[in-house]
Parts: sequence; C-alpha cells; structure tokens
Amino acid sequence: MAKYITVIGLEVHAELKTKSKAFCSCSTEFGATPNTHVCPVCLGMPGALPVLNKQVVEFAIRAGLALNCEIQKFNKFDRKNYFYPDLAKNYQISQWEEPICLKGHIDINVNGEEKRIGITRIHMEEDAGKLVHSGATISTSDSSAVDYNRAGVPLIEIVSEPDMRSAEEARAYMENLKAILEYTDVCDCKMQEGSLRCDANISIMPEGAKEFGTRAEIKNLNSFKALVRAIEYEVERQKEVIEDGGHVVQETRTWDDAKGVTLSMRSKEEAHDYRYFPEPDLVPVEIDDAWINRVKSELPELPVQRQARLMEQFGLPSYDAGLLVSSKAMAEYFDKAVKTAKDAKAVSNWLLGDVSAWLNNENKEIGDFVVIPEHLAELTNLVKDGVLSSKLAKKVFAEMLKGNKAPKDLVKELGLEQVSDTGAIEKFVDEALAENPQSVADYKAGKDKAIGFLVGQIMKKSKGKANPGMVQQLLKQKLQ
Amino acid sequence: MNLFELTAHEAHEKLVKKEVSSVELTKALFDRIDKVEKDVRAYVTLDRENALAQAKKVDDLLAAGKAVPALAGVPGAIKDNISTLGLRTTCSSKILENFIPIYDAHVIANLRKDETIFLGKTNLDEFAMGSTTETSYFGASHNPWKLDCVPGGSSGGSAAAIAAGEAVWTLGSDTGGSIRQPASFCGCVGLKPTYGRVSRYGCVAFASSLDQIGPITRDVTDAALVLNTICGKDVHDATSLDVEVPDFTKALVADVKGMKIGLPKEYFSEGVDPKVKDCVMAAAKKFEEMGATIVDISLPHTEYAVTTYYIIAPAEASANLARFDGVRYGHRNMEAASAPEMTAISRTEGFGAEVRRRIMLGTYVLSSGYYDAYYNKAMQVRTLIRRDFEDAFKKVDVILTPTCPVTTFSYSDKMDPLSIYMLDVSTIPVNMAGLPGISVPCGFVDGKPVGLQLIGKVLDENSILRAAFTYEQATDFHKQFAPLGGNK
Repeated sequence: MAKYITVIGLEVHAELKTKSKAFCSCSTEFGATPNTHVCPVCLGMPGALPVLNKQVVEFAIRAGLALNCEIQKFNKFDRKNYFYPDLAKNYQISQWEEPICLKGHIDINVNGEEKRIGITRIHMEEDAGKLVHSGATISTSDSSAVDYNRAGVPLIEIVSEPDMRSAEEARAYMENLKAILEYTDVCDCKMQEGSLRCDANISIMPEGAKEFGTRAEIKNLNSFKALVRAIEYEVERQKEVIEDGGHVVQETRTWDDAKGVTLSMRSKEEAHDYRYFPEPDLVPVEIDDAWINRVKSELPELPVQRQARLMEQFGLPSYDAGLLVSSKAMAEYFDKAVKTAKDAKAVSNWLLGDVSAWLNNENKEIGDFVVIPEHLAELTNLVKDGVLSSKLAKKVFAEMLKGNKAPKDLVKELGLEQVSDTGAIEKFVDEALAENPQSVADYKAGKDKAIGFLVGQIMKKSKGKANPGMVQQLLKQKLQ
Repeated sequence: MNLFELTAHEAHEKLVKKEVSSVELTKALFDRIDKVEKDVRAYVTLDRENALAQAKKVDDLLAAGKAVPALAGVPGAIKDNISTLGLRTTCSSKILENFIPIYDAHVIANLRKDETIFLGKTNLDEFAMGSTTETSYFGASHNPWKLDCVPGGSSGGSAAAIAAGEAVWTLGSDTGGSIRQPASFCGCVGLKPTYGRVSRYGCVAFASSLDQIGPITRDVTDAALVLNTICGKDVHDATSLDVEVPDFTKALVADVKGMKIGLPKEYFSEGVDPKVKDCVMAAAKKFEEMGATIVDISLPHTEYAVTTYYIIAPAEASANLARFDGVRYGHRNMEAASAPEMTAISRTEGFGAEVRRRIMLGTYVLSSGYYDAYYNKAMQVRTLIRRDFEDAFKKVDVILTPTCPVTTFSYSDKMDPLSIYMLDVSTIPVNMAGLPGISVPCGFVDGKPVGLQLIGKVLDENSILRAAFTYEQATDFHKQFAPLGGNK
C-alpha cells in the first residue's frame, strides 16, 4: 500500500457570549422554553429589519486579535440564501467577500513538535433556530417543530488553512482554539450544547504529490473525540476508495457517532448556490485604529502567556504548565489555590493527577468541582508540613470529594494526624524490634532490605500515622 | 362642502374649532366608502370599530380642552404592505391572506402616538410589484376619475381612496414610483421622501435599498403634515438617517423667486405622451412666470435606469420574499409530503404570476456565474445614475419632469410586462439615487389627471415642497374632485 499524506482544514463555529442576539435585543440564554426568546426580527416577520449589535463586532475583534489576525477596517454583511425551516428569513446574514479577520494563526505542539496552523479568515454571522423532529431526521419524521430561541444568536466562523496533517494535530488545534476563545471570554465553548461546533475538510494525497486530493467536508463533530474518530475513519475510507481504483468525490458527509462512520449527505452537484449579495438592510461598519487598540489593550492573558508565567513564577515544567492552561477554568483554579499553597508543584500534581482523574471519571468540568481551591491548597500544605503522609492525604481527598469540608477538620474527624511525638514512635519501634528478632539479625548481617519490613510493621502499629521520616531515623539509631 | 372632501389641515381646523367631531368626520368617510367602494375597490380591509373608537377618544380629548397634533382624529388609510398590530396585513397576496401582524411598523406607531385614525388597509399590486394594482390577489382597484381605468400602482388603493373621498390622507410605499405614479394617475399629491428619511421598519420589504414610505394626500400641505409625523431616526432601521427633523410645513412658502429648476431632456423624449408633455411644459412656464429660472440639463444615464432597476429590485426581492415559506405564518399547503415540498408548493400557490416572475429574475441574476454580469454591473450603473443627479444639482435646486410618460389607461389595454415596466421610467432613477420626489397635479388630458414630478437633493424635501406648494397656490388642479358617486 502506498503512503498517503492526510490534509485537514477545520471550519469552527463559535457562538458569541453576547447578552442579546446579533440583530435584535432578544436574550441569547441557552435552554429557555422554546420560542420565548423571540421577536419580529429573529422570527423573520414581514417588514422586520435587523440592526447590528455592536458587541458582536467587539467580540469578533477580540477573538481575531487573540488569534493573531489582521482586523479589516471596512466591514459589511451579506445575505446567504438557502431554504431551511430553521432559518427564519430563509437567508442567513453573514460576511462573504470581506470578513472581519484575515491571516491569523495558532501554534500547536504535538509530541513535542511545534507547528503553526494558519487561520484563513474569521467572519461574523447569525445562527439558525433548532429543529425538533418527531422521528430521527427531517425526512423520516411525520412532523418537526422549530425553536427559534437560537435564531439570530451571533456566531463567528473561524476557517483554518489546510495545514493539519493528522487527527492529533487537528485535536491540538481545536484544543488551543477552544482555550483561546475561553480565555478571551467570547464563547463558552460547550461542544455538547453546540456553542462550539466543528466541520472538517479532509483529503489524502500520495506522498510526494504536488496537489491536494479531493476533499470531503465532514459535519456534526460534537466533541474532540468525535473529531479524532471521524478523521481517522474518513482517512481510512478515502484510502480504501483510492486503493480500490476509485476516486474520492467532493461531497458533504455527516459523522454518525453511534455507528462510528461518515455518511454522504450531498454531492458537489447538489451543493447550494447561496447567491450571496450585500445585505441592504445593514450599513457598513468601520473599525478604526482606536477601537482595535482599545480591544488589544484589554486582551486578557492568553494560554501561551499564562503557560510561560506558570513556568517562571512557580517553576513548573513546560508540559505541566501547558496542561494546566489548556483549560481556562483549570488554570484559574490553580491560580487561586497557589495563593495559599506552600508547594505550587504539589498543587499542579494534584490537579493533573487525582483531580483530573476524578473529573474524567465523573464526566465533570473543573467548574463543577466540589473541592474549593483553598481546601486543595490546605491539603498540600498538610503534606508539606508533615501532618499527613501522601498516602493519608489521598484518604482525606476522598473524603473531601463527599462534601465541602476543610482538610484540617477531616484530619481531626478521622483521627489521621501524623504522629511525630518521639516517645510514641519509640514505643512502636521497640515493640517491632522485640517481635522481629530475625529481621534485626538479617539487617545486622548486611541485608538492608530488612529495614523496609520493620518500617512496615511500625507503620502498621501506628495505623499509618507515624511520621515515616522519624520512624526511619529512630529505627536506624536503635539498630546501630 | 362634503366632509369627505376635506384636506387633513382643513379637517384639523374644524375639529379644533368644534365645527365637526371626529366621530362625525369618521362616519362621513365610512358613509362615502359605503357609497363608492363597490366601484373603486380601494380597500382590502376596513376597520370600522377601532376607527370609531379612536374617533371617540379624540373627541373626548378635544372636549377636555386638550391640544391635539395635526392628524389627531383625522381619518386616513394605510397601504396594506405596512404592518399594523392586530389588523390584517396582506400585501394583496394570497400568501398573507389571513396574516395578522404582531407588531406595528414604526410609521404606524408614530401615527398612533399622534392619535390619528386608521379607516383600513388599501389595495396594492401584490407585494408592491406592479404599476396598476392589477396584480393584487383581491382584484384591481379602479381610478375614480375613470372607473374603467387603472389607478396606477403599486399604491393604487391609497391614491384611489384619496381621489374618491374614501380617506383624508393615506400612506403608500415607493420602490420605483409606487407613490408618485398612482398619485399622478389619480390627481393627488404623492411624496417619496429621501431614502432613510422615514423608517422602513414594518414596511414589508420589496427591494430594501429602494423602498420608502410616504404620504398620498389632497394637497402639498397635507403631505408635509404626514411627513412630519412619520419621519425621523428609528433604532429598528439601520438605514434610517440620524438627521435633524425639520417642521416641513415651514417650507410651505409660496415663493420660487430665484429658484433654479432643471428640465432634463431625457425625461421629455419621444416616449412621452405629447399632451402630458404639454402640461408639464406649461407648468415649467408657470414656474418661470413666478420668478424661477428654468435650466436645461441632462441626466445621461437615464436610459439605463429601468434595466438596472429590474436587476437590483428583483435580486433583493428574491431574498426578501424567501421568508414566506408556510412555516411560521401565511399560506401553507397541508398535503405536501415533506418540509421542502411544503415550502415549494405553499409558495407556488401563494404567489401570483408577477411576484413569481420577479423572484425568478432575482434568483437568476444572483446565481453563481451571473452575479458579476448582472448584479455587480447594475450596482455600478446605479452609481453613475446617482452621479448624474449630483452633477445636475450643482446647477439647479430642483428638477422638473413628468411623473409618468402617460395618463391612466384602460384595463383592456393589456400590456406586456416590459411596457408596464417602462411606465416607471421617470420615477425609478429617483429611487436609484435615494432622492426625494413629489408628484403634484398639473392638468388633465381627456379628463384624466396629469402629474408633474419635482426631484430634490438628498434630504432637501424642503425645496420640492416649497416649489410644489407655490405651484399649487397658483393653480387649482388639486381642487378638482373626481366625478363619482353623484359628486358631480
């Protein structure tokens, strides 16, 4: 089998976190009773007109600057025409020839290799409503209902260059993009709720080929996992088509997450002719330098900057710092916890270890984490101060997950304070030495291993509470 | 004098002086409607109950000694493509036959604030696409001056209602002449304001970059009064202009001394009925006698205006009318087997032939591969047309033309669509350039009214109102009443 190179470009739709919709004053709140956040404008009532929410432009500039784009000063909107029942006007207000942002990039790191992924453009547009079918799809349902709450919610579409060469790179790009959108607070990035959506353009070409292969556009990628699986599946599918002597056709395919396959939706011939033309109901928006400079000056710390800071300020390794900042909420948790923690690396270890494991297991976000940062900090301090062994710390942590209790209180409640009283420890040591003369003899005969057994016996007697350092010290003294 | 013949400013005076009550006036209008409407068919919907209740309210205000705005208690009618909360708004289309809006257009909200009275909704060409009202789903309206002739269009119902004494004032909308041309056919005053002077919010869009709401009235004063009420910046219309709103009645000064009036040669070419031309040339002479200077000018790109209009307007319409899909409101075919079929059949059943023709035209010119040749080129020509006017206005204050090359014609004169499109040759360029234009009566040919058009600079309604008012003061064409219902 010949070797192929995979070529991937992503089109990402991000719902902007503005309070009101793009062209009317309706709320953008998610999950409200259907058709309660609607008005003549977003319902496409006869005679209603759109008026641009300036906040949409503000957010698009912010996202564009954070993604290293050039902001275009002259902005106009266009109508993208197509019929679909969730599209109230049967045209979408979008930007066609003159998007607000051009020529940006995101740097990714896959297996230690740095790579720059280009961003072709970012444009502003409005979201459609949501269809609720009585059956599985629009064509197999007896009836469909439409919820227009989402109609007119502002979006930015971020189009990448076809710069990615593997599912891992695509995933890394998406993760970094998500982090940047979260940091800049323009999108809440909930892929399950559809506030961040991704389409992938995928093609393959034989190694050494000069031109890209024919691409397929894959829709309905609602998670990072789906993105990776869909790319891997699609690449294999295209390889098979070519190996069987066929040609990949240009088409739109949808990812079926349950079956783990991509399915053809429509071919190039069936593709819409969107008949774009300038939106006559809106006036052009001019963005001046003052506006751009103000937004630039107000940009928050971005993931790369934060990573550098964590490395410098707390001496964290690059890899750990990178993991911490990939989620804004995680990084913020860290920042809060280290304020009272004596050992920043310990906080980082907890977050990337036990905390992340628990969150993954429970399918929860750090934002929903029951343990407050101050308590996690306290836990690490108890270990640092020798009050808790790391083994007992895990026990306390397990209790902390059950409710919002301070680790100090739990230590008392559970009677877990480490015993550092020389007299009490000496008693355990003496008992152990008396009960295990063979081990004592072994040690004296030069078998260093024997000491480990003795420590174990002493810890057992103290129910794990004896300070291990002191146990070692006392034991060695007695055996000399 | 019959109450139904009053102008709005005369009616206001009588109301304030308590010579007549608003209820009496409103009832007189409905009596007149009951008498002549069967012949004129100006209305799609009448709203007697609310009209009389509102009249009573204004009478109470007057009885309490309250000062009321100029249009308070004065009954008018609204073109049926302007959204009225709770009152059916059909656009004279089957697709909106039973459509009741959930909101008021900006102009309607303004008029309600001024305590005016809405008698009902007037007939139009379906979605304002036409020049005769013949494309109305509810049937054509008739010209009160000659019942077997068209009232013009698309605001034909609004013009016919004024000419027939079925309303004191009306609103129309003008995309390529739809206020001015029927005003000229029916012997009324019709004013299309500068694009952006009046909010389009609630005017069911035909061609968004050309549409503008304006008054059709008995005289120039009334046009100024209605414009005062409906104009101004509206936060719901991004294209409405944030400019100072003058009191347009202040412009009504009977004096044109020193005013330079341009006569563009392209508007007096061989396509113009010589008798119409004579009327307009006589008006030019009148202006000269009153102290104005007549200047011969040229607007060289005029000949391309109609063609480019019939690219731009249908292109915008093809998108504007896409929302009528049977999903949220309007006509829906219930037998369709799928959602796309439901939309396709509902639209095919709901739209008339002319609307379908323009949607297809617009869809075609925007199609991939044709966009540059048609739409883009048309937009470039539009710029040239606008520049023609800018150049002309360096030399003159206002421009005088016939409103329409012909007078009203009979329904039996079935014309092909292209000939009908050419009727708007003098009015379309004004929309293309976004300028204000007014049509005022300037004579009769074989008992059919003739109108002249005065075109002004952007936002200079004052100059055309002043010229029109001065001309009106010196003539009595506007005082003629259609021989209808035993009136003459």
